[in-house]
Amino acid sequence: MKVLKYVAIDIFKNKIVIAYTIMLALFSWSAFSLEDNASKGLLTVLNIVLLTVPLVSVLFSTIYVYNSNEFIELLVSHPVKRSKIWTALFIGLASSLALAYLIGVGIPLLLFADLGTALIMIAAGILLSVIFVAVAFLCSMLTRDKAKGIGLSIMLWLYFALLFDGLVLFLFFQFSDYPIEKFVVGLSAMSPVDLCRILILLRLDVSAMMGFTGAVFQNYFGNHWGLLLSFGLLSMWILVPFYWSLRKFKKKDL
Amino acid sequence: MIEIKNLTKYFGKLCAVDHLNLTLNLGECVALIGPNGCGKTTLIKAILGMVLPDKGEIIFDGKNIKNDNQYRRQIGYMPQIGRYPENMTIGHVIEMIRGIRDGHMDWDNDLYQLYELEKMLNKKMRTLSGGTTQKVSATLAFMFNPRVLILDEPTAGLDPIAAEIIKQKIIDARNKGSLILITSHLLSELEDIVSQVVFMQDGKLILHQNVKELKQNTQQETIAKSIVHLLKNEVV
Repeated sequence: MKVLKYVAIDIFKNKIVIAYTIMLALFSWSAFSLEDNASKGLLTVLNIVLLTVPLVSVLFSTIYVYNSNEFIELLVSHPVKRSKIWTALFIGLASSLALAYLIGVGIPLLLFADLGTALIMIAAGILLSVIFVAVAFLCSMLTRDKAKGIGLSIMLWLYFALLFDGLVLFLFFQFSDYPIEKFVVGLSAMSPVDLCRILILLRLDVSAMMGFTGAVFQNYFGNHWGLLLSFGLLSMWILVPFYWSLRKFKKKDL
Repeated sequence: MIEIKNLTKYFGKLCAVDHLNLTLNLGECVALIGPNGCGKTTLIKAILGMVLPDKGEIIFDGKNIKNDNQYRRQIGYMPQIGRYPENMTIGHVIEMIRGIRDGHMDWDNDLYQLYELEKMLNKKMRTLSGGTTQKVSATLAFMFNPRVLILDEPTAGLDPIAAEIIKQKIIDARNKGSLILITSHLLSELEDIVSQVVFMQDGKLILHQNVKELKQNTQQETIAKSIVHLLKNEVV
């Protein structure tokens, strides 16, 4: 569709996206060349990816959507369905940020890590980018106020990227006398960042670095099913927020 | 052409448009006036399908606009403040909107030429002045020879020459039988263009009258003076 093409061009020319690509590239190149073995470098890259990719995706997208308000109005005044406009914006943002990740982190990964791991990590990073674009879309629909929307998206990032695993660990210690492993596995599905961490670490097989949820996850599912399940859950993390935001957008007063 | 029946819209507790009834016909040039916050913009947005009414309906060319978007093929809209994605060029914006309206044959390139947009096709929207952005918006609104034109403060921010060009364009469109709906605070600018006046206050329709009748009834020379006269004498 026409709108999608030009939105994607617009975003990819955006200075922040260019800077983001360069920053990712710098981090991953230096991580791989500074560490003497590739798997150490991989873990460094993983930690950077799990923190920065969600942050940039969610913040940039939220701001972009709020700034596009008048542009969206203009598009709505033309004979196009609202759902098409919203989808075009979403795909435009998601594909540009995914491309930035692919160039910034994907290329060094393919060069330094073994192919299987590289592919899984690329997939995880792209999924993470898209998920947080979807979360951003939801934030921008939940409140009309730009400052509140940005605040909400930062809070969500903080929660998913930093607080969540700690919270689960805290719960586990509090209730360590009870058999709550199943419950913890269920909980880990509640955070896309943790799911991505699990996904990659299942592949790397370094349980020590897994964070708490990851360790339990592996116990329960083993590697194969764990991978499939976490991919499935991650896709849900794209579909549910986006679909929710789309429903709100259709009924929104612009 | 446009029939508005019992239109009501609340924003929270605020009633932006209050049981409004209004019929607008082709060939008319209607000035939509009223103090700030009187519901003009909400009314326009409701016609364009941007604001979804709480009650009432809008009939466009015999069809209810609810859950429809194809009726907008016949509308050209020029927003008060056009803001476009920063890194899009003028060329991209025009191509994109044309792409949305694919299948359209009857292009109107007058404004495109008169505003000399051709020379600036590669300029990014971010770098444009407010006036130039308005020129782009105006070009987009007139590009499809629409039967209905909705112009929100069309001359705001334009230099006198550009404003004169768009005024002439509005008169041409009216003579061709289009319906034109203009909001503006500068009543003097509209003086020689408009044929009807719609006056709104607190979301209610106060007055919908032919300009000639209005002037006769109030015995004033200009629209602005007539409105002031009406307000002072509390006729409305």
